[in-house]
Amino acid sequence: MIRFFLRRLVALAPVALGVATLTFALIHLVPGDPVIAMLGENAAPVDVAGLRHQLGLDRSLPVQYALYLGGLVHGDLGTSISLHEPVSTLIAARFPATLELAAAGMAMAVLIAFPLGIVAGAWPGGAVDLGAMGFAIIGISIPHIYLGPLLMIIFSLHLGWFPLTGRGGLAHLVLPAFTIGMAMAGIVARMLRQSLVQVRDADFMRTARSKGLSHFHALAAHGVRNALTSVVSLLGLQAGALLTGSIVTEIIFSWPGIGRLMIEAITARDYPLAQGCVLVFALTYVLVNLLTDLGYSLIDPRVRLA
Amino acid sequence: MMRNPSLAAGAAMVALLLLLAAVGPHLAAANPLAIDLGRALAPPSRTHPLGCDALGRDLLARILWGARISIGIAAAVVGVSLLVGSLIGGAAALAGGLTDELLMRAVDVLLAFPGILLAIALAAILGPGLVDLVIALAAMGWTGYARLVRGEILSLRERDYVQAARGLGASPGRLLLLHLMPAVAAPVAVQASFGVSGIIIAEAALSFLGLGIPPPQPTWGGMLDEGRAFMLVAPHLTTVPGLAIGLSVLGFNFLGDGLAQLFGRHRRR
Repeated sequence: MIRFFLRRLVALAPVALGVATLTFALIHLVPGDPVIAMLGENAAPVDVAGLRHQLGLDRSLPVQYALYLGGLVHGDLGTSISLHEPVSTLIAARFPATLELAAAGMAMAVLIAFPLGIVAGAWPGGAVDLGAMGFAIIGISIPHIYLGPLLMIIFSLHLGWFPLTGRGGLAHLVLPAFTIGMAMAGIVARMLRQSLVQVRDADFMRTARSKGLSHFHALAAHGVRNALTSVVSLLGLQAGALLTGSIVTEIIFSWPGIGRLMIEAITARDYPLAQGCVLVFALTYVLVNLLTDLGYSLIDPRVRLA
Repeated sequence: MMRNPSLAAGAAMVALLLLLAAVGPHLAAANPLAIDLGRALAPPSRTHPLGCDALGRDLLARILWGARISIGIAAAVVGVSLLVGSLIGGAAALAGGLTDELLMRAVDVLLAFPGILLAIALAAILGPGLVDLVIALAAMGWTGYARLVRGEILSLRERDYVQAARGLGASPGRLLLLHLMPAVAAPVAVQASFGVSGIIIAEAALSFLGLGIPPPQPTWGGMLDEGRAFMLVAPHLTTVPGLAIGLSVLGFNFLGDGLAQLFGRHRRR
């Protein structure tokens, strides 16, 4: 297990380098001048040259790339132009909020998906199945940017059950987590149902039933365990959707995470800060994919040998 | 059709959506950009069936024009992604060796980078134009098709009928166009259908974040963002574009499900 983990960690290095390089390339190779974009078309040439020098953009591209990678190794992501603080400090302050929201979203997805998928898979074709899968389909199709405001209207403004915006206790987490988790819950519930329907007549299910387990018990205990590997890999595949969801959800609920920080940086044309946020997001995504693989191998030992 | 309700529902919803995007703007009498502060936040009425927004612009006209923009962008993005992805995936599969290795490593790095982040960064750097937006969104989409097409071609290449054609002296181009592409078309159609709904959501999110087509052009995501400030007094401002996005996504998801069932493949979600 430890060897498997180390091997995956080593394989991570080139991917992380690729992601860092792509982030650099996005800012430096794409047409358009960040300095002009920051200062405006009519900026004085002196100011343009000054800022370009301050950002190190007047050096050759390979030198800039080397400096960028060198800084990265030391955790130096440059200095924010709009907030005048080190980018790494700003991101470190906001990162826990984003992690908290993403974890809550994923937990909410699992909490919704399992009951839905299991009842639908236990009695396929019935009214419960239809209702659960209808709910799942709506969850998949409803966009975050509509679900968020909708939940705010109903549960915050009308019913007053949850706070409207901001970060705080558990109550603050519920609506944003639901906003993020809903689509993922729909996807996982559908897969869970399909997988339960497929194993219905498998040998191990017959054995479980012949031991005296009820149909529902056999499914819940054995069928679900069989489906777990697919669920974990699906959750990993959904990490990208989790990311999209967290960026817009942070905006909707004024959540102080790096998604909002990134959009604020982009709006303020604060390129070092925006670049830092993009990089941290991307590296987190790579790491989540690694964790998915590890979770996969914990559940299904066969994977470790592959 | 009866045995495939997803396909029937999806095809009907998508057809209706395409029809609305095509002729809708001509049906709406009102100008989507005409401001009339006297009608600001007006509820639905006979002259304005869906009411008016904060600047008194007719919501129905804006939704219909927005449909043209959203669907147009989604179609363009999926078209470009599909073309680029198929060409690169096909080239990698047919060339093999080092070319395959290099192309697929590049795809892997891009796939390791979250797509929406790529789109946000590109949209921010390229600027708010229509073409820029299509490029930004296509950049996140094409890698999936490249992988799919490459995988399909690699498995098809060993089939007897392809071997036979090659034995008869068919050129690589002829093999690709006449023998491989038609067989690849089915899984690609399924993925493209889900792809359209993904792009509709991504485009709406970019507009919502202020990185899409700039106002005053009506886009569904932008309308949702503008309507948020008036959620209590005029909930129709968020409900209408929200439903438009949701129903479009639902339609294309149904279509994708239906096509997958039709082609008898394992569903991807």
